[in-house]
Amino acid sequence: MSNEIAVQHGVIPHEVHEHHDGHHHHETFITKYVFSQDHKMIAKQFLITGIIWAIVGGLMSVLFRIQLGYPDATLPWLEDIFGHWAKDGKIQPEFYYALGTMHGTILVFFVLTAGLSGTFANLLIPYQVGARDMASPFMNMLSYWFFVLASIIIMASLFVQTGPASGGWTVYPPLSALGDASQGSKIGMDLWLISMAMFVVSQLLGGLNYVSTILNMRTKGMTMTRLPLTIWAILFTAILGILSFPVLFSGFILLLFDRHLGTSFYLSDIVLGGNILPNEGGSPILYQHLFWFLGHPEVYIIILPTMGLVSEVMSINARKPIFGYMAMIASMFAIALLAFLVWAHHMFVTGLNPFLGSVFVLLTLLIAVPSAIKVFNWITTLWRGNIRFTPGMLFCVGFVSMFISGGLTGIFLGNSTLDLHLHDTYFVIAHFHIVMGVSAFMGMFAGIYHWFPKMYGRYMNNTMGYIHFWVTMVCAYVIFWPMHYEGFAGMPRRYYDYSGWESFKHFVELNRVISFAAILSFLVQLMFVFNFFYSIFKGRKVTTQNPWGANTLEWTTPIRPGHGNWPGEIPEVHRWAYDYGKDGKDFIPQTEPVGKDESTH
Amino acid sequence: MSTHVPAGYKWWTGGKSPYNVSYGKLMMWIFLLSDTFTFGALLISYGTIRVSQNYWPDPNHVFNAFPLMGHANLPLAFVSLMTFILIMSSVTMVLAVHEGHKRNRAGVEKWLLWTILGGSLFLSCQAWEWTHMITGSHAVLVDGQIKEIGATITQNPYGPAVPGLMHDGHAVTTPGPVGFGGFFFGITGFHGFHVFSGVCLLVLAFVWTKMGRFDNLGHYEMIEKIGLYWHFVDLVWVFVFLCFYLI
Repeated sequence: MSNEIAVQHGVIPHEVHEHHDGHHHHETFITKYVFSQDHKMIAKQFLITGIIWAIVGGLMSVLFRIQLGYPDATLPWLEDIFGHWAKDGKIQPEFYYALGTMHGTILVFFVLTAGLSGTFANLLIPYQVGARDMASPFMNMLSYWFFVLASIIIMASLFVQTGPASGGWTVYPPLSALGDASQGSKIGMDLWLISMAMFVVSQLLGGLNYVSTILNMRTKGMTMTRLPLTIWAILFTAILGILSFPVLFSGFILLLFDRHLGTSFYLSDIVLGGNILPNEGGSPILYQHLFWFLGHPEVYIIILPTMGLVSEVMSINARKPIFGYMAMIASMFAIALLAFLVWAHHMFVTGLNPFLGSVFVLLTLLIAVPSAIKVFNWITTLWRGNIRFTPGMLFCVGFVSMFISGGLTGIFLGNSTLDLHLHDTYFVIAHFHIVMGVSAFMGMFAGIYHWFPKMYGRYMNNTMGYIHFWVTMVCAYVIFWPMHYEGFAGMPRRYYDYSGWESFKHFVELNRVISFAAILSFLVQLMFVFNFFYSIFKGRKVTTQNPWGANTLEWTTPIRPGHGNWPGEIPEVHRWAYDYGKDGKDFIPQTEPVGKDESTH
Repeated sequence: MSTHVPAGYKWWTGGKSPYNVSYGKLMMWIFLLSDTFTFGALLISYGTIRVSQNYWPDPNHVFNAFPLMGHANLPLAFVSLMTFILIMSSVTMVLAVHEGHKRNRAGVEKWLLWTILGGSLFLSCQAWEWTHMITGSHAVLVDGQIKEIGATITQNPYGPAVPGLMHDGHAVTTPGPVGFGGFFFGITGFHGFHVFSGVCLLVLAFVWTKMGRFDNLGHYEMIEKIGLYWHFVDLVWVFVFLCFYLI
């Protein structure tokens, strides 16, 4: 039955929604704003939850930067707020480690995975492929609420007596497996693992939806090679998540067993507090393999969506077709494939067989090829473009700048011989913050500024946008550029206080500069948050359907679309998304049929 | 059925599913792919730890018991029965799906019940096997003392034999690698949890069939989707069986 063309279950939701089009007044507050099944609302929920998490995670970095920049200072107000965690106005070592761990966890998973993919996959997939909603709006809603559940659990872990997990965001055993090993390995670690398990469920529910919607629910005429690059990027991201998160999940199950059931998956020959533990035969390296099998694809889960967003926003604002559309897709495919084959480059110092290491070096450095293709394509898209420097566009340019800077240092770290020296130093911190932290934020900001009019029917304030961009850009380099020097000098990451070390005490003032820039950068992000919420209510209203002169389908919907997106028929697509400046026309939307004497691209 | 599709038909042009499947089935396939990685990770972990040990118990020696057969040595007999039951439940699942295609409610109900029975029997067998292993007592030399212990996630009596040392007519062994119990109970337990979830889904599907839900919908696709999951769980068992009982 299901093999007949006429019966096509994927289309059934369309009909249902069309039927409901005139009935929006039936929605209650709860179904519209809380347990919403509308992809647009779920996207906003993910975005605002992500913003809240970004503030929390950013604030944590401000706190540990205070410690690093002013290790001798006594700040009584810290004790007023944090009690025994900041005894005598000094951030305690346990607090410092917890802050670093939670900063990493929150930013990597809760902001740049859920907050980023959750927002733009949900917002853009139905809009840009031409669908009324996701394949399963109900599962989509569940995906968000599992994310909320994960959020609540990890938030709760901040308030338990012994504090949250504090062994680094990678939670390596044996430290994370033994409750008696540290404060942060007690209940906080359990909450961390349970929260992450909920997070994996959320990712899986979301990912299944993203892939099946993109494959099954494209509107008539929307061939795969007419999809905007945003959708391709999200497709690869979702596939990475679907295949790598379950491995992390398995790793966490084994870790939970080791913590509570006395198994020895990761533990062997350990003496803790003078006691010989009975565990034997396990391997902590096994955990690292399982973790990084997710952990490495995870960085592409973070950066690929922003590559898509940047490609789209850049092409629109350069008024030029994206350069090398097929090369962009091929590069993303190559990156997604290689993402699974390079995880052990995080483990060069674990005693990995040098021959195996050299294989991983080769595969790792191969990623430079598709990455460079993408960078050159972006630069060539800008080349001789008719550029409109909107805040979104500025952030695109910033993204490319950051991606180049951070990508080049990746070549250093990808070489096992260099990595032996640079491993666990500030060089690594600088590398990954620039290439996947700041870059991803830049891409995300580009997306937010660009699609804000579609989300809320209003514009964000441009002046604040420009200030936001320039201060963020300058601060990012002031923060992370000097860290490369510190790393070359061998300064290890995660230390509490460097002023007592003969080798590193000359960096104290440099650290102060970094801390100053970090705090300034945090304040500017608060200005962005103000701009965001202010503009939702008071921003300049959007008066035209297609304010940016863009080609993609979301701009053919009403300014404030209801559930179902298009009031009438879903438009049919006749061309790719990048006909800008063609045949003397500024732009030709995807819905416009190809003319008889139109030139081919 | 492919006769409905004209030659040169373009599947990827949008407005239809390129695989001609509903989103629900597509999602189930992708989920199973994802779950493959979950089990794959667990089994590969097991493999790496196992090959890093000097000694690993012989499954023919460990799994040689059968209910009501006392101390008879029947290597792998019981697990073969379990495997047979689970594979038969896949057959009855196929028949349920087949009846669903014909929209024969009574047939679907009948074969779903057989499948539920097969799944439950498998779980019961697993419960017996676990109990037998955990409560079993084997003479093991620990710190110079002979102790009677069973196999749990923290202890393993199936170590190499101590030459010449007998206790109550049985050879005394040294403790085996503790990873054995952890991985055995961990992975078969995780698989058993999948079977349990499958049985719950089947019961739900049975109730829905009984209520006429699928007749009202006009198709029994839900049975197909659960069927996909059920076959997957069977397939995983084949690998678990291979890795723990045969190798």
